[in-house]
Amino acid sequence: MARRQSPEINAGSMADIAFLLLIFFLVATTMDIDTVIARKLPQKTPPKPKDQQEEFHARNVFEISVNRNNQILIEGKDWYQSESDYPKIKDQLLEFLDNGGGVSNKTKTKCDYCQGGPDKVVSPDNSDHPDKAIVSLKTDRGTSYETFVKVQDVLGQAYTELRNREARRLYNVSFEDLLDEKSKDKDNIEIDEKIEKVKALFPEIISEVEPTGN
Amino acid sequence: MSKFKKQKKALPEISTASLPDIVFMLLFFFMTVTTMRETDLKIKDPQLPTAKSVKMVEDKNLTSTIYIGKAINGDAKVDVIQLNDKIAQVSDVKNFILNARTGKSGDDVLRMSTLFKADKATKLGTLADIKKELRNIDALKISYVAAKESKE
Repeated sequence: MARRQSPEINAGSMADIAFLLLIFFLVATTMDIDTVIARKLPQKTPPKPKDQQEEFHARNVFEISVNRNNQILIEGKDWYQSESDYPKIKDQLLEFLDNGGGVSNKTKTKCDYCQGGPDKVVSPDNSDHPDKAIVSLKTDRGTSYETFVKVQDVLGQAYTELRNREARRLYNVSFEDLLDEKSKDKDNIEIDEKIEKVKALFPEIISEVEPTGN
Repeated sequence: MSKFKKQKKALPEISTASLPDIVFMLLFFFMTVTTMRETDLKIKDPQLPTAKSVKMVEDKNLTSTIYIGKAINGDAKVDVIQLNDKIAQVSDVKNFILNARTGKSGDDVLRMSTLFKADKATKLGTLADIKKELRNIDALKISYVAAKESKE
């Protein structure tokens, strides 16, 4: 069969086309991926009548107040102001969450995995059980966003540290590694279950009070 | 003049055949590592706070971003918010979120979250007002955008 040789296609303009596309993508896109601290707002519910309101024992509430001068008051007694103090807040929070002084709300059993915080001492001033421990965050309308995020970060760090410990105890991997695995393999139910289980051991109960001031 | 002309040697042409390959490689690199630029900022480029316990945004398609900061040419004391391409009021947040929800399945609406990109120096008042709006329309997942601070 006779076959004519096809003429060569001129590829000289290929580079120009590719350059054009390249420049378009350089201009229209950005490199940075946002990193965030995720929180959940409470559901809007009508206020309960006085007699139905739940009462929280003071030992189960960890009170953080930030005023308009960005000074942080912990449990109504310790004032913190500078960045170097944040680790101290975290330690106090760990003591509070990891205390295990009483029984759980749901299971009515003692917290058998609590270790009493960094100093390993169970204190009567700290929470009964991680699932009862509430962090209450009071702010002012004049508080700076930076301080607010820093406090949220301290909370996140404390919970992550405790969850890491429990995940290592139960599954021999840290909680953060579990989350990493999940982001790579989204439909893996096994990992989901593990994450939920660890989360349930130290649930994040953060209550934000409506800011004061005007 | 003629002397110079005679000296001109015929240089071998440099082959540009591999140039498209190189450029395509660069192109694919940028296509994969970058994301589309969102909006033009009408507020001063926000200085994000830093934090250690941050995580990546899971699904960019399910987020809507609210910018809070100082207007580029406005009062340096008042915090303003930016939705999409323009400066807006707190009362516009509701429509902004409802708009973002259109065309999404019920499951996705529940997974949608609102990202706050706010300047360090912003006061919490504005943020509190927005949060109140979000609670009213049951947009409960929120995220504070923060730059990652390395762990020591």
